[in-house]
Amino acid sequence: MGKIKVRVKINGKERSDEVEPRMLLAHYLRDVVGATGTHIGCDTSNCGACTVVMDGKAVKSCTVLVGQANGREIKTVEGLSQNGKLSKIQKAFLDKHGLQCGYCTSGMLMASYWLLKKNKKPNEEEIRRNLSGNLCRCTGYQNIVEAVKYASELIEKEGEEEEVVVESQ
Amino acid sequence: MNGIIYVIFIVSAMTITPSVFEYYTPSTMVEAVNLLEKYGDEAKLLAGGQSLIPLMKMRFASISHVIDISRIEEMDYIKEDSNRLSIGALTTVDELGSSVTIKKRYMIIKEAADQIADPLVRNMGTVGGNISHGDPANDLPAVMLSLDATFMVQGKNGGKEIKAEDFFVDSLITALEPNEILYEIRVPKMVKRQGGAYIKHKKSAGDFSVAAVASNIIVDGDGKIIKVGVALTSVGPTPIKSTRAEGILAGKKLTEELAAEAARSITEESDPVSDFYGSIDYKKKVLRFIIKESLVAAYKRAKEAQ
Repeated sequence: MGKIKVRVKINGKERSDEVEPRMLLAHYLRDVVGATGTHIGCDTSNCGACTVVMDGKAVKSCTVLVGQANGREIKTVEGLSQNGKLSKIQKAFLDKHGLQCGYCTSGMLMASYWLLKKNKKPNEEEIRRNLSGNLCRCTGYQNIVEAVKYASELIEKEGEEEEVVVESQ
Repeated sequence: MNGIIYVIFIVSAMTITPSVFEYYTPSTMVEAVNLLEKYGDEAKLLAGGQSLIPLMKMRFASISHVIDISRIEEMDYIKEDSNRLSIGALTTVDELGSSVTIKKRYMIIKEAADQIADPLVRNMGTVGGNISHGDPANDLPAVMLSLDATFMVQGKNGGKEIKAEDFFVDSLITALEPNEILYEIRVPKMVKRQGGAYIKHKKSAGDFSVAAVASNIIVDGDGKIIKVGVALTSVGPTPIKSTRAEGILAGKKLTEELAAEAARSITEESDPVSDFYGSIDYKKKVLRFIIKESLVAAYKRAKEAQ
């Protein structure tokens, strides 16, 4: 059984690798790319800890074959902060205590990033509905919802951060 | 997106990596059909993968040839003409739920789409996958049954049209041959005074249903029911189209009492099993309640629809 060649752009940086087609995107990101900010929780597409943004849409990377990501742009939690500075969504989660143990946080951040890209001012119901594929066992969600609301205010007040463009290798 | 397997999974040990396979990415439907023809039973189509990948990870399905059709652009569209609504099989569930055409006139489809799994799964999962997977817990099959939809299928020797009511054979088994591909879902265009509703009862967010009901009703100018389609999710080996609804309801105006009587009778057509989601008795009680609820909602919408 052969390997396949995949080319992906991860957080602005292009790369290509030869991998087994049965590899899942989550494992590719963690084990091949070394981007371990993407967590694997349930590994059955229930919990959302593995959420990344693929071509502008949040997906559960434990249930995406690496071949499905071929030619696409992936944004992981590592792509949020820039030059060592937290993004507004990250800052909001920090300020509003939108995390406790932190395990679900990278998935929560990426699902929130996707939400705020398509809806600049989500109301509470929209936030809860959009995060319904991401489970947190610590916070009871209240602070997460407040963090997303606060992030939306920060972005409205101060504007979005520029997306870093990394030259391809 | 798989109710039965999910239940099996929670009581069994699992592996988390699929067994080895060859991977293909055809860019046209013809290429995909040729690959199916070549590998037959050993091949499986992957659209969004949200049902198939979990099966492969748990090794319930071991497939030697995975044909990833997600890059076939000619199968991703939603169109409405004077006769019908046509949905390309690769339309994602998220695209279906956010489509302006669907929102405007096909509320029953939107209600079902917006309740499938969760927003992240809906970004990958496709309409064709939700239907052709043949899982009786999937939501779109019942909706399509209630709307008298037909499915356009392409094989090596040409195409054919399969009625929704002839499509679902058994749990995870459909009328599709191993070398055929479902490429389009056709729904008769909504007419004046037609309304539908999909009511899904579930235990928690993102879950499969305990039971769900799709009702589709057309009324005349006096509010009498001309046509009605009712179909059930999660309460049998396949989604179930009611054969009694028409006889009980046609020619009448819907009252609370009549809706309750129809709900009692249609519940008898269900065949649920006792499992993680509840006992047979419980599921039938839920069903009786939500059939009535969906009939009332569909009827109200039909009367209001222009």
